[in-house]
Amino acid sequence: MTVAIVGVGHTSFQSTTPDISFKEQMFEAAVKAYEDAGVNPRKDIASFLTAAEDYYEGYSIFDEFVPDQLGAVLRSVCTIGGDGLLALINGVMQIETGLFDVVAIEAHSKASDILTFPGIVTHGLDPIYNRAFNVHPYFVAGLEMRRYLHETGTTREQCAAVVVKNKQNALSNPSAAYAAKMTMDDVMNSEFVSDPLTRRDISPLADGVIVMVLASEEKAKDLSDDPVWLKGVGWCSDTPWIESRTWSTAEYARLAAERAYKMAGIKNPQKQIAFAEVDDWFSYKELQHIEALGLCENGEAGKLLEQGNFSRNGKLPVNVSGGRIGAGNLLEASALQSVLECVLQLQGRAGTRQLKDAETAVAQSWRGVPTATGCVAVLSSEL
Amino acid sequence: MSEKVKDLRGTRLSAADLESKDTITFRGRPNAKYAWSAGIAYTKYLEELKNGRIVGRRCRQCDRVLVPPRMFCEQCFRATDEWVYIKGTGKINTYSISYLDADANRIKTPILVAVVDLDGASPGIGILHKLGNVDIEKIHVGMPVQAVWKPANERKGSVTDILYFEPIKEK
Ligand SMILES: [Zn+2]
Repeated sequence: MTVAIVGVGHTSFQSTTPDISFKEQMFEAAVKAYEDAGVNPRKDIASFLTAAEDYYEGYSIFDEFVPDQLGAVLRSVCTIGGDGLLALINGVMQIETGLFDVVAIEAHSKASDILTFPGIVTHGLDPIYNRAFNVHPYFVAGLEMRRYLHETGTTREQCAAVVVKNKQNALSNPSAAYAAKMTMDDVMNSEFVSDPLTRRDISPLADGVIVMVLASEEKAKDLSDDPVWLKGVGWCSDTPWIESRTWSTAEYARLAAERAYKMAGIKNPQKQIAFAEVDDWFSYKELQHIEALGLCENGEAGKLLEQGNFSRNGKLPVNVSGGRIGAGNLLEASALQSVLECVLQLQGRAGTRQLKDAETAVAQSWRGVPTATGCVAVLSSEL
Repeated sequence: MSEKVKDLRGTRLSAADLESKDTITFRGRPNAKYAWSAGIAYTKYLEELKNGRIVGRRCRQCDRVLVPPRMFCEQCFRATDEWVYIKGTGKINTYSISYLDADANRIKTPILVAVVDLDGASPGIGILHKLGNVDIEKIHVGMPVQAVWKPANERKGSVTDILYFEPIKEK
């Protein structure tokens, strides 16, 4: 694969943004991304992809509402009904066809506009078998967490340590919405939502927009001194039957990673990957995803995290950005937030949280309950 | 379609079957509520409607006036530059006479929907509204019309603060 990210732009991530519309937020992120890439969208970008889920937006056929603020009027535009990483992967494939040499990717969250978030999530459950019990939809995470802890011997304390780490990491990310100095007790003593899942195990929703510019090899070398190359990608969905899943392991992530690693020539991820940004919608998901990506053995992530292996100064830093828990849960855009952190780190633009000598990174996404769908991308500063 | 379909056994359900008590049915209503942030441009537009005024934004690069206002120009891809107040008069760009309401009920008094190109806004930048106080037979593309406002104390910052557009009587 010979596609690179040549520009990124984003708003800050905030718990609420009542003073500004999603269109105005998107315009801000797009202007920054095009400036970063040194392109004029009206002349240089031929195709635009946005990641959106109509139910999150409260608009039907949401792609109709994006062209103006992306500079995409009367151009090729489409929406990917998936997360930002799936949109990015589709952008990569559009470039690989040879039809386009520069494309733009957009993902956003205006979660603060949603008044009935649990109602929206519940609507993703099977209407006849799974909606009959009048229960908050995060029960699905409770079921999964229980089985994951049971099978792996991971403890609630180890999950709480994920929250403490990611909130702490976010303190060095000026864009993060939920940075905090939190103690283990703060997490362990927060109220249960769906036992064993507590309120602090859950990433809080936030608003924000991220835009990226992708380019073909030739164009990327022309546009950028330090393009970030996409070395491998994969995406995967498990069965929609929540009753029939392998709860203890994230199979969708494991298989997506297998494909991405194969494409990227990664044989030993623990040695070849310098750092990772993984989905942490819930604390235990970070541990499960670390294992699925082969960054440690199954069932070992909690123990290694407690020992500092995945801390910012650890052997294999995970979610230096703060992840969903620290930077904010940006719905479909958190996937691009993970990619954004990889790009900033690989280009040496991560400020006070900059990692040393990082050359290859992995970004992984999950679409939240009740899905078992996710994407993986391997990124590198070297072609 | 395959001929074999004819051989498939099954029970046809009629509307009456679905209503009857011995048919298993499920009903669900999505709980989907939103409070869309209006943002800078929509907010100013709605506040000015409450004041009985129509405001737009000018892009100095293409010299267009956009109504309702937008904070960026979709043609030039740049931030727009200034607020511009325009009059409530214009010409009908296109119109339609709807004999169905939003729930698809047939209605006796049709709803007259129109896009009006306002004087002072750039060509092709229209606003959507209703026509009123007009002889249906006489409506035509290019007809000069003017906004009829609700009384000030009834306006609340909505596009319905304008009741409708009516023909301008020729002097
Ligand atoms: Zn313009």
